[in-house]
Amino acid sequence: MSDESTNPMREQIQAAIEENPVILFMKGTPDQPMCGFSARTVAILQSVGQPFAAVNILPDPRIRQELSSLSNWPTIPQLFIDGEFVGGCDIVSEMYQSGELQQALGLDAGEAGGPEAGGPEPTPEPQAAAPLSIENRL
Amino acid sequence: MSASGAAATPEELKERIEAGIPGASAAVTGDGHHFNAVVTAPAFAGLSRIAQHRLVYDVFGPEVGDRIHALSIQTRTSETESIA
Repeated sequence: MSDESTNPMREQIQAAIEENPVILFMKGTPDQPMCGFSARTVAILQSVGQPFAAVNILPDPRIRQELSSLSNWPTIPQLFIDGEFVGGCDIVSEMYQSGELQQALGLDAGEAGGPEAGGPEPTPEPQAAAPLSIENRL
Repeated sequence: MSASGAAATPEELKERIEAGIPGASAAVTGDGHHFNAVVTAPAFAGLSRIAQHRLVYDVFGPEVGDRIHALSIQTRTSETESIA
């Protein structure tokens, strides 16, 4: 009898990670980050023009608890791309600076628009970048 | 957990990282709650960034996020390697 097999919170987190190609677990929301590290990670994703789903872990301490046990990572934020844990703020920052992040996202580092942009316009609408509010589901 | 009642210090974190990771040298700054650690260790060679950072986090276990409120990490495999 394992707790993990009947853990709705964990299953919801797992499903959110699987269903969203790019998902950020953070403190606060992209519009209103509650922590500098979360804010920096949001800013990086927005600056490369990457739409992403965001989950605010603050409303329920179990989210963070289950997330960290799932990812084996103690800190927030946590970024997942295509179901895989990529890292927290430090790693995302390093990957952004080296261009690895853009690569992992399938973005041409020279063109910040992303696949959906359909043009050279490098500025994404910052609010539209994170319309997917997963937090209601968790 | 050592000294769980007292505030953490950069010196304590440095000592514990260097004791916990073979061959590591660490430069740690911080204010008692938020810390930044630059850790150089041959043990990092061949590991992904995630695995390297986990080695450092593992030194502190559940203290990270709690007593050590935030721990920023930069890892290098050798002194000569530059940070991107």
